[in-house]
Amino acid sequence: MEKGNEEIIVLSQRKKHFKINNWAYIFIVPFFISFIFFQLIPLCQTIYYSFTEYYYGQMTGTVGPNWNNFQNFISILNPSAVGYGGFWKYLGNTLILWICGALPQFIIALVLAVWFTDNRLKIKGSRFFKTVIYMPNLMMASALGYLFMVMVLPSGPIFDLFLNLGWINETFRFLEDEVWVRILIVLMNFLMWFGNTTLQLMSGIMGISDDVFESARLDGASAMRTFRSVTFPLLKPIFVYVFITSLIGGIQLFDTAYFLTSRGGGPNGTSYTLMMYLYEMIPNKNYGMAGALSVILFIITGVLSIVVFRTITPHNDAMKDEKKTKAKRRIWLRCSNNYGETLGYESKFIDK
Amino acid sequence: MKKTFKLVAVAAVSCCILGAVSSCGEAAQHIINVRVWNDEFQKRFRAYSTDYVKTLDNGDELLKDNVILRWNVTANDGGAYQQALDEVLAKNASASADDKVDLFLFEADAAKKYATSNYTLDVKSDLGMTDSEFEDQYKYTQDVVTDSEGALRGTSWQATPGLFAFRTDIADEVLGTHDPVAVQAKLSTWEGFNAVAAQMKAKGYYMLSGYDDSYRVFSNNVSSKWVGDDGKVNLDPSIKSWVDQTKDYTTNGYNHKTVLWDKTWTADQGPESKVFGFFYSTWGINFTLAGNATKAMYGKWRVCEGPASWYWGGTWLGAAKDTDDQMLVKQIMRDLTTNKDKLVQCTKDTEDYTNTVSGMHSLATDADFGSEFLGGQNHIALFENSAKDIELKYISAYDQGCNEKFQEAMHDYFAGTATYDAAITSFKTKIQTYYPDIKGFNF
Repeated sequence: MEKGNEEIIVLSQRKKHFKINNWAYIFIVPFFISFIFFQLIPLCQTIYYSFTEYYYGQMTGTVGPNWNNFQNFISILNPSAVGYGGFWKYLGNTLILWICGALPQFIIALVLAVWFTDNRLKIKGSRFFKTVIYMPNLMMASALGYLFMVMVLPSGPIFDLFLNLGWINETFRFLEDEVWVRILIVLMNFLMWFGNTTLQLMSGIMGISDDVFESARLDGASAMRTFRSVTFPLLKPIFVYVFITSLIGGIQLFDTAYFLTSRGGGPNGTSYTLMMYLYEMIPNKNYGMAGALSVILFIITGVLSIVVFRTITPHNDAMKDEKKTKAKRRIWLRCSNNYGETLGYESKFIDK
Repeated sequence: MKKTFKLVAVAAVSCCILGAVSSCGEAAQHIINVRVWNDEFQKRFRAYSTDYVKTLDNGDELLKDNVILRWNVTANDGGAYQQALDEVLAKNASASADDKVDLFLFEADAAKKYATSNYTLDVKSDLGMTDSEFEDQYKYTQDVVTDSEGALRGTSWQATPGLFAFRTDIADEVLGTHDPVAVQAKLSTWEGFNAVAAQMKAKGYYMLSGYDDSYRVFSNNVSSKWVGDDGKVNLDPSIKSWVDQTKDYTTNGYNHKTVLWDKTWTADQGPESKVFGFFYSTWGINFTLAGNATKAMYGKWRVCEGPASWYWGGTWLGAAKDTDDQMLVKQIMRDLTTNKDKLVQCTKDTEDYTNTVSGMHSLATDADFGSEFLGGQNHIALFENSAKDIELKYISAYDQGCNEKFQEAMHDYFAGTATYDAAITSFKTKIQTYYPDIKGFNF
């Protein structure tokens, strides 16, 4: 039968098609179950607690959860609140530590990724280098933080060695210097993550077809020009992914700073990150405040991610126009089994 | 094929079930759980408990009547021990018999909290110990753990008066003598102490090692609690004096700028160090200093009273509510904290100052008793005098966090990386975050 623009096409042996669909759903159900129980429900609980007063008092035992509207949020965000007013300073610390770590990381990772994937350069031993630069990522951040702390102590091995060799006359207290503590934290994070970033960007570059590079070379483009006009624009989707995951990781910066500064957060709290602030609330189970801080962090991360996404993602205007103007035709497919019984219908749009 | 497979499967499953059932038939061992934060009490227990039979390979102790004692060690850093303990105490009623916490240790900083907690048993009315057993103990060790209704909630094997331990070789070089009485004459007031510090500096030595070394001397002579009944934090003038003195010392170079318990501080007690002395209480001398000083330094240390009488810490035993073995817990407490002969023996073995007034007196007046580490000096005699004056009137449940975070916050001020006001603001933030139930500050 024909109904205007629609046609019915009979396909037999489509029974397996449905079974395959069902299996697909069955395979993804475990993920959703664990997501709901271990992530979604705790997330909702955290948001609920952020509006309550809920903590463990030394003399009173557990207090709450008592609904107190936005009191927790006000306490945290108010810079002059006595006792809680450190949020903006810690946010500043976290962002500084992240940016100072992320920028060199992206630059060096991009450079390395381009060099390793360049057909003309043909770097020898690139496989060896790729393995080695990834290795610091295998270390636990807490172990690395503790290691650096022990190394830079005035009584530590570095000074021992230098003093014995006579290179220096007196020790320098790295951990009491604001700038040095930040540099050490940035260095640790850089070491841990630049290998990972390099590999991700490499996979992005390898996904770009060689023909594009060929034609750029034939047109006489220099290496810089190729990078600027060809590689980077096509790399933008991967770069957005790398940037956003780095942002999320940066906001959650904790282990390296915590162990390097032995819980103190550096001289005058200049390396005290938001996660360390959150961590301090846990011993006495201050779920109310911790929930509020978590929600605020979530909002900040979300807003920054959206900003990054909108700015860096390439615009696809041409494709959008195409979708609007192209005429489409709808066809119907009937699925039946070997006995000719109809199992169901499916529709598809095809170009006219 | 299918039939064989089914037979084999049935046989395998029934073997497993039978195996499980039969293993249940072995003699059920009764387990008691004890929570500690280091191995000090473990050693005491092994040496002096009448119930101890031997130590098993996995670290548990085998006691009489086939009872197993399981140690549960959580280090004390950052309040971790208290947090873990509070969590298990809250669940103790519903825990299985072998998982219940039966006995736990708590230190002076947390004494008020556990003395008033619902989870600590009364040693007299719940466990059945009698007044006469506690007669010989130092009164202050009982006052600390007595709640508002007069019930005694814990017992300790030690009293912890504090002294000043100093190096004889440095004393000889700078002061010309290492006789404790002569040195004490110079150090008996803070003015005298500061003057000696200047002398030490002139000869290239440090008076003290770290910023926090003298903290306890000041913090135990306060006239107000850290957190009063109004729920607000107080800054006692005595603690302010500590801040001023330490800032002074740091600026003048009288101390070695270390932090309590860190690697450099530990090394400063060793043979190579240039630090004159350390404030230590009784457990400090035998448990920490003697170990850090190494065998080579035995005989090169002496103790004197120092500028003020003070105490530092102390550990109490508490019985957990809902314990399933009150008899054994009572027996352990009896053996280790009220038995005079064992306590005196403990002092002879470890040089710790134990909780028996008459026992300590007998050692103090014993001419033959002396510490090998201290070159034969009878430090018990010195301690006996200051132990009588210890009073713990001004302790609160917030002491552990306040002491720790105040010292941490002040390090920035001493090191010069923050002003005094910035350090105080940092302290306020940290303590409010750590103890959400604090209602404000009186400074």
